Amino acid sequence: MAQSELDRQKQFRCRMLVCASTPCISSGALAVEEALKKAVEAEGLQTEIETVATGCLGPCSRGPLVTVQYEGQPDVAYEGVTVEIAPFLLAKHAKGLLVPELDNKAIPADWPFFAKQKKLVLAESGTVDPEKLESYVARGGYSALGQTLREMTPEEVCNEMVKSGLRGRGGAGFPTGLKWNMVRKAPGERKYVVANGDEGDPGAYMDRTLMESDPHRVLEGMAIAGFAVGADQGYIYVRGEYPLAAKRLEKAIRQAERKGLLGSRILDSNFNFRIDIRMGAGAFVCGEETALMQSIMGRRGQPVPRPPYPANRGLWGGPTLINNVETFGNITTIITKGATFYAAYGTEKSKGAKIFALAGKVNNTGLIEVTIGITLREIVFDIGGGIRGGRPFKAAQTGGPSGGCIPSEYLVTPIDYETLQRLGSIMGSGGLIVMDDQSCMPDVAKFFMEFCMDESCGKCGPCRGGTVQMHRILGKITNGSATMEDLSKLEELCIMVKETSLCGLGMTAPNPIYSTLRYFRDEYEAHIRDHHCPAGVCQFTEKPLRIAVA
Amino acid sequence: MSVVTLTINDKLVSAPRTATLLDAIQDQGIDVPTLCHLKGLSERGGCRLCVVEVEGSPRLAASCVTPVAEGMVIRTHTEKIIKYRRQMIELLLAERNHVCAVCVQNGNCELQTLAAKLGVTSVRYDYICPDLPMDASHERFVMDHNRCVLCGRCNRVCDEVEGAHTLDMAGRGIHSKVIAGMNQPWGTSRSCTSCGKCVQVCPTGALFKKGSTAAEMKKQHDFLLWILDGREKKIWRWS
Repeated sequence: MAQSELDRQKQFRCRMLVCASTPCISSGALAVEEALKKAVEAEGLQTEIETVATGCLGPCSRGPLVTVQYEGQPDVAYEGVTVEIAPFLLAKHAKGLLVPELDNKAIPADWPFFAKQKKLVLAESGTVDPEKLESYVARGGYSALGQTLREMTPEEVCNEMVKSGLRGRGGAGFPTGLKWNMVRKAPGERKYVVANGDEGDPGAYMDRTLMESDPHRVLEGMAIAGFAVGADQGYIYVRGEYPLAAKRLEKAIRQAERKGLLGSRILDSNFNFRIDIRMGAGAFVCGEETALMQSIMGRRGQPVPRPPYPANRGLWGGPTLINNVETFGNITTIITKGATFYAAYGTEKSKGAKIFALAGKVNNTGLIEVTIGITLREIVFDIGGGIRGGRPFKAAQTGGPSGGCIPSEYLVTPIDYETLQRLGSIMGSGGLIVMDDQSCMPDVAKFFMEFCMDESCGKCGPCRGGTVQMHRILGKITNGSATMEDLSKLEELCIMVKETSLCGLGMTAPNPIYSTLRYFRDEYEAHIRDHHCPAGVCQFTEKPLRIAVA
Repeated sequence: MSVVTLTINDKLVSAPRTATLLDAIQDQGIDVPTLCHLKGLSERGGCRLCVVEVEGSPRLAASCVTPVAEGMVIRTHTEKIIKYRRQMIELLLAERNHVCAVCVQNGNCELQTLAAKLGVTSVRYDYICPDLPMDASHERFVMDHNRCVLCGRCNRVCDEVEGAHTLDMAGRGIHSKVIAGMNQPWGTSRSCTSCGKCVQVCPTGALFKKGSTAAEMKKQHDFLLWILDGREKKIWRWS
C-alpha cells in the first residue's frame, strides 16, 4: 500500500499542501484550497499538480499556510495565502513566472521559527493528509505496529518505553514505561487503554493539532500500548469543543479497521484492539484522569479519590492505562527509531521533545516542538521572534491555570519537568503564554482563578469555596479595595486549598497566585498600599479604604 | 482476619487490613471531624475535614477514603490541620446562607456543632449570599438549598439504601445543587418514595420535615445501620 501511494504521489510534478487544521481553516484555508483546485483545473494541470489538505505546520498566526513541493526544488512554505493570490502560486511554480506579490509571502527556509525546532511527534504533521490512511502509510505509518506485533513481546515494548525515558506529556511527567509496566502486571480480565484528549488549558492546542493533523499516529500509539499492556479496548476522549479532531479520528479509525490495522486479528496476529471515541461535554475537570473515566462510563464527571489508581482499578474496575494524546504520539518514533535514538534528545531526566503552544505577546505565535532542556530565551526570542513592538519581556506562564509564571531572570534556565517545578510552575500540557510589561500580574492571576472557579466541579469543599474566595480577594486587589490583611488571607487560602483539595484541579489552582506572589509581590503591594497598578491595567473603581486611627 | 499495625498520634495501634484510616482513628476514640462521611453509606471523600498528616507523604490524606497500611505514621491534630479544618468550615459557612437563629435544626446541626468544636467564632471571608430557592413542593418534606453543604449524603442514601435515586447533583462548582428527578419540583418526582431517609441523614437543616419550626428538627441516623445490618448480616436489633 505504501508503494502504490508513493507511486501515485510521484505522478505529480508538484504537490500543494494546504494546512487544514482549525486555525488555518478559520482564516480561510478551505477557500484557498478550493481556489487552488479551480486554478489547476482551469490550466488543465490536474495530472501534474495535486492539491492536498494537510495538517498543521506551526506558525498558526500567519495562516492560511501553503507548502509547495516541487520536483527537484526545495519545499517552499507560503504564509497568509488568500484566495486572490492563490493562483499566483500556480503561475510561479508551474509556469516559472516571476510573481512579485509572492516575494514577501514565502517563508525563508532558515527562519529560526523552524530551524530551532526538533519535530519528533509533529514530524509528519503538515505533510500527510490526515483524512487518508495511504498518505500516512506511505510515510512509514503502521510499520511500528507491525514491528511490535511480529518481533516484540509486551514486556519488551514496555522496557523499550522505560529505556526511552519518555514521561507523560499531560503535565505531571510520570514515567510512561513505569505506568505501562504497572498496567501490564496488574491482574484483571479486561484491561483498557485511554487517550486523554480533553485538553482544557486556555491557549493550549497541542492535542487538538495532533489529532487533527496526524490522527493515525495517535491510533497506532494506542494500539501498541494496547498490545504492551494486554488491553483489547481503547477509548480516545476528545474534548467537546474539537469537532474537527473527532471527525478526523473517526474517519481514521474506520479506515484503519477496514485495512485490518485495528479491530480483530490485527495484521493477521492474535491481537485484537478496538478504539472508540468519547466526546467530552465541556468540563475542564474531565481532563483529570479519574473524572475522565467517570465520564467515559457515563457518570457525572467528577474526580474520585485515589487510591485505587487507574492502573489497578480503572474503567469498570479493570486496570486502565491512561496517557495523554501527545504521549501516544511519541510511541511510534520510539519503536521505529529505537529508545536510544529518542533518549539522545532532552535532558538527563526529561527525554525527547515537547510540543508547546506559544501564545501571548510574541511576534510568532503558534505550535512548536522543541527538545526538552531548551531555554526559555530561545523559545521567546529565537522561535517567537521576540516581544511584539520591541517591549521588554516580563514573564511567561507555563501550564495554564495549573501552572505558574517564570520571570525574566530565569530566561536562561533550561525548560524541563524538574526545573519548572522548582521555579513554582509546571510543565503542564504545554501552554506557554508570554507577557510583556503591559501585563498586570494580579490581573493575570485573577483571570486564571476565574477559570478555576468556573471549572471547579464542586465535589470538595476547599476547591469549591476556596476558588470563589480567592477570586473575590483578587477582585478586591485589582479594584483597589483590598487591605494588607486580605493579602495574608489570600496566601493562607492558597496553601490550604493546595494541600487539602481532592484532585489535581484544586491542588494546582492556587499556583498562578502563588508564583506571581513569589516573583511580583511588589505589584500586589503597589495595588493595595499605593492604589496604583504598575502595568496600568487595573481600573480602580473603589475609593481607597481609610483606616481610622484611634 | 489479617491485621496491620500503624502509629496514630504516637500510639501504636492495630487495625484490620480492610479498614480505612478513619475506622482506625475512631477505634482509638479520637474525634476527627467528618461531614460527608456517614457510617452505612459509601465514602465520598468530598468535605476534606477528616484530612490527616501521613508521614512520608507530600500530601494530606482524607482518612475516610485512605486504606490503612502497615507501618503508616499518622497525625490527626497538628496545628496546621486544625487551622485548615477551621478554614474549611469558614468556607462552608460563607458559601450559602446559614442563618442558625431561624433554622429548624438550630442546636442539632452537625455543621454548627463542628464549627463550635473547632472554635470558629467568626467567618473572615466574604459571605457570598447566593439567591437560592426553597423547594416545598413535596407533601411531607422541604428542601432548603440555602442550608445545604453539598455533602451528598442524601444522594447516596437515596441511591444505595432506598434504591430510588431520586436525588442527585446538578451544576458544578459553587453552582452545584441537589436536584430531585429530572431537575423538577420534588413533589412532582414520581420516583420519590417519600421514605424520608434523605431527611434523616442530612447533617444540616437543608432537608427537614414539614411543620417543624426553628430548632425543632432532630435527626436520627441509627436506622441506617439497623437496615444494613438486617439486610446484609441478618442481625435484627429489636431493643
